[in-house]
Amino acid sequence: MGTPSVLWNVAKKCFTVGVISLTVSDLFASIVPVRGASMSPTFNPKTNSLLESLSDDRVLVEKLCLSNYKFSHGDVIVFCSPDNHKEKHIKRIVGLPGDWVGTIYDVVHIPEGHCWVEGDNLASSLDSRSFGPVPLGLVKGRVTHILWPPNRVSSVERKTSRNRVSPS
Amino acid sequence: MFENPESKLVGKREKNGRMEQQGYPYSERPLFALCYPQISRHYRCSLKTYGPSMLPTLGITGNVLLMERISTRTGKLRPGDVVFFRSPENPRRVVCKRLVGMEGDQVTYVVDPKNSDKCNTIVVPKGHVWVEGDNIYNTKDSRNFGAVPYGLVEGKAFWTLLPRRDFGSLAPKPK
Repeated sequence: MGTPSVLWNVAKKCFTVGVISLTVSDLFASIVPVRGASMSPTFNPKTNSLLESLSDDRVLVEKLCLSNYKFSHGDVIVFCSPDNHKEKHIKRIVGLPGDWVGTIYDVVHIPEGHCWVEGDNLASSLDSRSFGPVPLGLVKGRVTHILWPPNRVSSVERKTSRNRVSPS
Repeated sequence: MFENPESKLVGKREKNGRMEQQGYPYSERPLFALCYPQISRHYRCSLKTYGPSMLPTLGITGNVLLMERISTRTGKLRPGDVVFFRSPENPRRVVCKRLVGMEGDQVTYVVDPKNSDKCNTIVVPKGHVWVEGDNIYNTKDSRNFGAVPYGLVEGKAFWTLLPRRDFGSLAPKPK
């Protein structure tokens, strides 16, 4: 009875909620904003520099795939940039380990444990065409649904381009 | 730490002098169970190693090491640290090697110590680190799979728990 025990209870409840939400966001799913136009028209189809942070798409990233790192062609993934571990990118998987992927200049073989990612908007996307195959250990989650804006709430479909990738 | 939840509820009822909310046994055990993944994910945990690639620092039959993640998150890793990282060749495996070069460093290494003395010098690319096993004759490290992106580094090993005779901080790189 008295203010200190009430404060202590409130603090305990806040801590519980904090730990539970951190655990859920680390192990199951979290919601992240998508910046930039490299995945147009799937995410951020219109870039309006005035209202950029308000009109960014918010997507649901699920982390259950990180238990066995099994991905399919066409999955949209979130991964740490190989050049700067503090940045996270969202791109689509085009090639899996063992595949041969055709770029403008040559054909690249994806080594074991790596994947080839490309943005849907090839004109303005910094992806595997610049930094090469990405180790699968850098993947932090898979995008399953768009949650914002409300008029485009939907699940994110797998899109494969068979004419450029030759599977192993 | 693990108190009996029943006695805790009873104590609360008597102290407050009013009925606690029914049907909600506020036990603190699940809370501590949830804290452990957070601590091991963000702070530190213990890992078991095996294999000959880090002889003589770590034994073949395996050591249990304490790994901390604070150094990796704050960017305080230095050449000479023993680090754990996700293998670039198999994301399900966590590998333990010694950090030899940070980004921008110039690293000279023996390409194939069993067959020749040929050396190669490279500059570690931006955002990557160069790792090598202490036992250069029997190790798969950056000489095989190249520089490792910093995002794959999980943590730094700072203390040996087992075997008992090696209990203590890890040895620096043998010359």
